[in-house]
This record gives sequence, C-alpha cells and structure tokens, in this order.
Amino acid sequence: MGPERIRLSGITKAFGALKANDHVDLTLHAGEIHALLGENGAGKSTLMKILYGLLRPDSGEIRINGQRVSLPSPQAARAQGIGMVFQHFSLFEDFTALENIAIPLEGRIADAALRAQVEAKARHFGLAIDLDRPVHTLSAGERQRIEILRALMQEPQVLILDEPTSVLTPDEAEALFATLDTLAEEGAGILFISHKLEEVRRLCSRATILRGGKVVAETDPRAVSAAELAALMVGEGVLDLRPAAAHALGEPLLHLDGLSVAPEGVHGVALQDIHLTVQAGEVVAIAGVAGNGQSELYAAISGEGGRVTAGRVTMAGQDVTRRDINARRALGAAFVPEARLGQATLPQGPLSENVILSWHATESLGRWLLDKVRIGEVARTVISRFDVRTPSADPQAAQLSGGNLQKYVVGREIERQPRLMVVDQPSWGVDARAATHIRQTLLDLAAKGAAVLVISQDLDEVMVMADRIAVMHGGNLSAARPVSALSRAEIGLLMTQGESPARGAA
Amino acid sequence: MSFNLALVPRREVSLLRQVLTPVLALVVALLIGGLIVWMMGRSPAKAFDVFLREPLTDPWALQEVLLKSTPLMLISIGLIFCFRANRWNIGAEGQFLLGGMFGGGVAIATHGLSGPWILPLMMLAGALGGMLYAAIPAALRNRFGISEILTSLMLVYVAELLLDYLVRGPWRDPKGFNFPQSVPFTDAAQLQPLFEGGRLHAGFVLALLAVLVAILVFRRSLFGFAVKASGEAPRAANFAGFNEKRITLVVFLISGGLAGLAGMIEVSGQVGQLRPGFGQGLGFTAIIVAFLGRLSPVGAMLSSFVIAVLLIGAESAQVSLKLPFDLTRFFMGLLLIAVLAGESLNRYRLEFRKETA
Repeated sequence: MGPERIRLSGITKAFGALKANDHVDLTLHAGEIHALLGENGAGKSTLMKILYGLLRPDSGEIRINGQRVSLPSPQAARAQGIGMVFQHFSLFEDFTALENIAIPLEGRIADAALRAQVEAKARHFGLAIDLDRPVHTLSAGERQRIEILRALMQEPQVLILDEPTSVLTPDEAEALFATLDTLAEEGAGILFISHKLEEVRRLCSRATILRGGKVVAETDPRAVSAAELAALMVGEGVLDLRPAAAHALGEPLLHLDGLSVAPEGVHGVALQDIHLTVQAGEVVAIAGVAGNGQSELYAAISGEGGRVTAGRVTMAGQDVTRRDINARRALGAAFVPEARLGQATLPQGPLSENVILSWHATESLGRWLLDKVRIGEVARTVISRFDVRTPSADPQAAQLSGGNLQKYVVGREIERQPRLMVVDQPSWGVDARAATHIRQTLLDLAAKGAAVLVISQDLDEVMVMADRIAVMHGGNLSAARPVSALSRAEIGLLMTQGESPARGAA
Repeated sequence: MSFNLALVPRREVSLLRQVLTPVLALVVALLIGGLIVWMMGRSPAKAFDVFLREPLTDPWALQEVLLKSTPLMLISIGLIFCFRANRWNIGAEGQFLLGGMFGGGVAIATHGLSGPWILPLMMLAGALGGMLYAAIPAALRNRFGISEILTSLMLVYVAELLLDYLVRGPWRDPKGFNFPQSVPFTDAAQLQPLFEGGRLHAGFVLALLAVLVAILVFRRSLFGFAVKASGEAPRAANFAGFNEKRITLVVFLISGGLAGLAGMIEVSGQVGQLRPGFGQGLGFTAIIVAFLGRLSPVGAMLSSFVIAVLLIGAESAQVSLKLPFDLTRFFMGLLLIAVLAGESLNRYRLEFRKETA
C-alpha cells in the first residue's frame, strides 16, 4: 500500500436528533480502491459530502497527506486534490462533451489545446468519447465518462464515485473498472460507493461498512462472501428471498400483441412490434439499460400515456388498448410507476390521501363524499402490513425515506388484491432490506396466483425474481426465456446488442 | 471573502405561525402605506381613521363593505378552483362582464313584465354567460395548447368592447338622453334589500353559500382532490386517471359561472341597469383576494372583507382627504407582496453564508 492519502477520524454529523455519522474513522491509501458500503440512510452520502466540502462535520478531523485541513467548500476540496463523480450527472445537454469538460475548468475554453489534453487523458485511461457530440445524443455510459474525464482534468489524488455503475451495462461497467485500476496503479486513492456487492468484491481491496451512521466493520471484501458483506450491511440475515413453492400457471392476464408505440418527448424511444404474455402465477421481468423504451412500455401497459400506433394490449381477455388506467384497474390490474414521488404519490399529500389516487375508481371510498375514516384505515393497514416506517401517524409522502415510500406504494396496490401487477423499477434507489421486502412481497403475490410483470434495470433483481426474462434494447423486446435458460453474459449481450435475427428465429 | 444569501426550506411550520403571518403582513403593509401617506403630506393617523375605522364602525359603511365583498367573494372562490389546479384564469373580469350582460339582457327582454321567475332566470343567464365565456380559453388550451393566461386576459378587452357596443347600440335606453346606458331595470329585475331600510341583498347570502360549498368540495370530495392533485403533481393526477382536459374545462366553467353570477348580481343589485365600466376591475381585484386568502375558501372570504374595507375606505378618502384612488391600488399591491413574502419566509429560512474563496 502506498502512503496515506486521507485519514478521517471521529467524524460526527447530526441532523436534529439523527446522527448521520457517529465517530466515523476511515483511512484511504494511495493506490487503493476502497469500497464504502451501507444501506440507504447508513450515512455514506453524508460522509462523502463532508469529504467533498458540501457539509461540515460537527466534530472530528480530516487529514489529507498527513496535514489537518478544513474543507468549507467543494472548491477547497478540489484544491486539496479531491474529485467527485456524482450518481446524477450534472452535464449541459445541448453542449458537446468537450464544452462540458471545459466549463468547470477555470480560465479554460473548449479550444485545440484543451482538446489535445483531454484526448491524451482519454487515451491513457481507455475512456472512449466522441468529444464533439452534444451530450443529449450520448448514452449513460458515455456521459459518465465525461464526468470522470472532467474530474481527471483536475489531476485528483483522491476520486470519489457515488454508485457509478447503476446506469451502466455490464460491458460499460467492465470498462470503468479497467479505468479505475489504471488510476489506482498510478497512485490515486479511490473511494467507491456501491450497492452491488459482486462488483465491490471484483474491484476493491478494502471495504468500510456503515450501519446507522457507525462503522461496523472494515474488511477485505475479496476475503468474505457477498452474503457476508450483505449481512454486515443490514445486521441480520434478512436478505434471503424465499422462492415460491411450485405452483401451476393460470390463464394469460396480460398480452401484448405486435405493440408499437410512438416515442415520448424528444429523447424518447419508439417501441416496435412488442410481443409478450404474462400468465397468472408467474413473474416475468423485463431487463435492459434505462432509456431503451421502458418508460414507453410501462405507460402503454398502464394506460398513463404511450401513443399506440399499432397492435393491441389485452388484459384478462379484454382489449384495453384505447382504455384509460382506471378501466384497466377495474379488470384487476395494479400499477407501480417508476417515480415514487410526484407520480405514484402526491409529495405534499399525507399517506391517507394518497390512497385515493389508485383506489378511487375501483374501491368504495364513500358514495357522495370521501369517507376519511375508511381512507385512514386503508393507509394504516398498508403501513402495518408492509412494515412502512413513518415519522408520524400519517406523514406526507415526501417525509418518508425512499425505501419506506416504495413499500407503501407497493403495499397500497397489493392491498387492492390485484390479479395483474405491473411494477416499473421495484427497488430503484432503495436500500437492501426494503428491496428484499418488496421483492418477497411480489413473489408471494405471484405464488397466490397473480400475474406479475417487473421492469427493472437491476440485473441482480431480475435474476432473483423472474420466472422468465425478456430484454429491452432500442425499443425492441427479445423473446421471454426461462431464467434457467439464460446466463448473465447472455443477458448482457441482449442488453447491449439486442436480439440477433438468427437467434430470434431459433 | 464573500457573502451568500440562501433560501433553506423549513421542515415544519407551526399553526400559530401560519395564522400570524397574514396578520403581520397586514401590519407591515400598513406601516409602509402610512409612510407613503406621510410623505404625501397628509396625516397617516387620519388616513387610517378614514380607511379602516370608519368602514368598520359606521353601520351604513359596514353594509357597503359587505355589498362590495359579495362579487369579490364569488369570483375569488371560483378562481381558487382554477389556481389550485394550476390553471391560470386571468380573465374573470371578462366573465363578470358577460354575466352582467346575459343577466341584464334577460332584464331588458322582460322589461315591463313582473313575476318571481325573472330574478332566478337572470341568475341562470348570468352564470351561463360567464361559463360560456370561460369555456373559450379552456377549449383553446385543450384543443390547441394555447396558454390560457393570454387568451383569458385578452378576452377581457373583447368583453369591454361588447358591453360598450350594446349600451351605445341595440340596448341603449331610448329615453336616456343619448347616454350610453340601458333602460333602468324594474323592481322585478332588481335584488331587493334583505331588511327594511337596508341595502344588503340576497347576493351576499349566495356568496357565503359558495364559500361553504367550496369548503366541502375541497375537504371531502373526489373532485376537490382531483383539482388539488392536478395542480400539485400532474403526473400523479394522470396516474390516478383524472382527465387533465376535463379538469381544465370544469374548473374554468366553475370559475366563469361564479364570476358571471357575480356580474348579474352587480348589475341587478347595485347598478340597476347596464352601463360601461360596471366591472370596476373587480375581476382583477379578485385575483389578489384569492392569493391574499392563500387559495383557501375561508381565506378568500376573509380577504374579501379586508379588500372591501379598503375599497370603501378609499372612496371616502378621496372625498375627505383628497387622496387619489390609485393609492388604494398601490396599497393592495403592497398587501399582496407582504403576504407573499410572509408566505415564502414561512416555507424558507433566509441564511447568510460566509464563504471563503
């Protein structure tokens, strides 16, 4: 191991009564790729924000290269050689890659001199980018490479990456790992935040695990199993999914027949000739990198949008192509959209009021006036039955953590006892414990005879949940195959290249 | 070293704070208003006396206040439906005028007849006129995606010109010495005082009724929830299956209907005939009323009273203090800004940050 780059000792930060970081110690050496693991709310983001100068600790000290420093702002952190790549990109869509790289560099413009430097850097680290294309034409992986190049232009000694692979295909992730390996070999220290334990074990030589704001372990992730790491993150062995007992499949409840849909918005994707059937009792998953037409597919199935240009959507034997979401609910369908806040719920509305959104058309909530007592009962039932942790009895949706709100939204739909459940990104940005809970709930629903369709960009999730998997690529959907007939590599290939005609015919 | 001013969202706002904020805003507006009056060389104490004390203590003036608050209340209750749904009906003034013209039209057509059916018919006609006129911007938005802000506002000027044409042309009183006005309405077409020797008429009761219904709709009905959802989170409203275009149309119809009813009540209960300028900008003032009342029905009722007091006070201030009427408009603007500022400071905390470069 190289010399010590960063030593955090006794870092404590409280928000009101909540201690987000409680005497956290962490040491990062030159040449080390160090994982920071923990559930959502474990304090990872707070710690990284402190290190990047976005938050100030209540107590504790930060040493960089042995010197005690204070980091009042990101500028100060950058001056100390710390770079950060955020989970959500901050790029200007209409500017080219090169212009985006030039923007944060003080006193630099996108000229030939900068281009030469950027090209040299990109070549050195194996980051393939067309510098002249506007950002809105680039894939998530390409955008991330811009963010990384941007950080590298400042010659950082320490690079922080916050869940960098969440939007990448397996191949893109491999390319990123190669870049990070090179960077570490040349003496930079890298802090790698991720939920994905397999890739942490592949990439990192140390891991610090946070739970409830405290460091619960520091370990070599290659020396322990992914299951052991997960157990450290959540405490107990709560992560195991109980697979459903063998059960017979029933009638087809959702059938897409040659469905074509116009793209949504300027960056949307047109769907072409989609075929899919989901039967009662099975879980079908649609894998794929985000932005390959999943939004259009979800909207067309739920009836929230999606201009169908050809083909049919059939639910429980009835053609619903031209019918609205409530007509589909009346046939026993339930929907969980991608955005928890602002789509599945009214952010400022209490949880009880949010019952009305998906219940009003099909369940009895009062004849003339809304029955507030009944609505409150439904909300309380969902909260207790689906283990939703709330700060008060009936809080606003926006006051819940992502995981708890997602449990509420999924629970609200399951409480309607649907025959067909369509879920877009069931556990996106949700911590491991809540994700397991949600997946188990959906598996149980299918075991009881409902048809479940899951759209997810999380390959691990797709693999553990689905009976059959179809892959979305460029607006096309591959044939759904039994999960046992597919390897991760095959799915990766389908995600990046789609289905080759020869194969589709086979 | 530089200083940074940042708005930091507050987590929770106490009820006391929410109640006190508009009161404090009123005090701040009064202080600034007093300063302006003083700078104009008049006595602020005397101005307050004329503006605020007299309308609230003199029985005759108090009735005038309630009469003036009637159209403000009706229109602003309707506007709350639009604004809560994030639809921007700026043309209540035009819908108010159309209501007056439709209601007045019935009065002119039935001139010389009598019967208890005339007034209800005028009310229906007034509401219908406002609804039809409000349906235009709603339809343009739904069909062509045209901003309802512009169309509803521009239709105000069309309504003014239409009124001008009617009272100078087909509906001019033949015995009116060529003044641009209609025949005076007969008693059968005028709202009568609720009690002997008074002026207050049934229009005020209708306005209070509208407030009650609006409270019920927003607290307990699915439609009230749909309006709120549509304004706060359109995607969630879509997820709930609330039809966006239908909501646009319905909130415009409600808003236009109430404004039209207010217009009929104004010509029948106050003016007694059609003449240009009977609108007095009440349809615009009601926008301020709606926001002053923080888009709640009870708030709109209270702020209707406050604004009515100011308007009545302004009339006497013109006479006794020779203060220009524009001062009242200025003061209403001041009040609105103070209330909105208070509202923002309730939601956000101002924070000065020192930053070392």
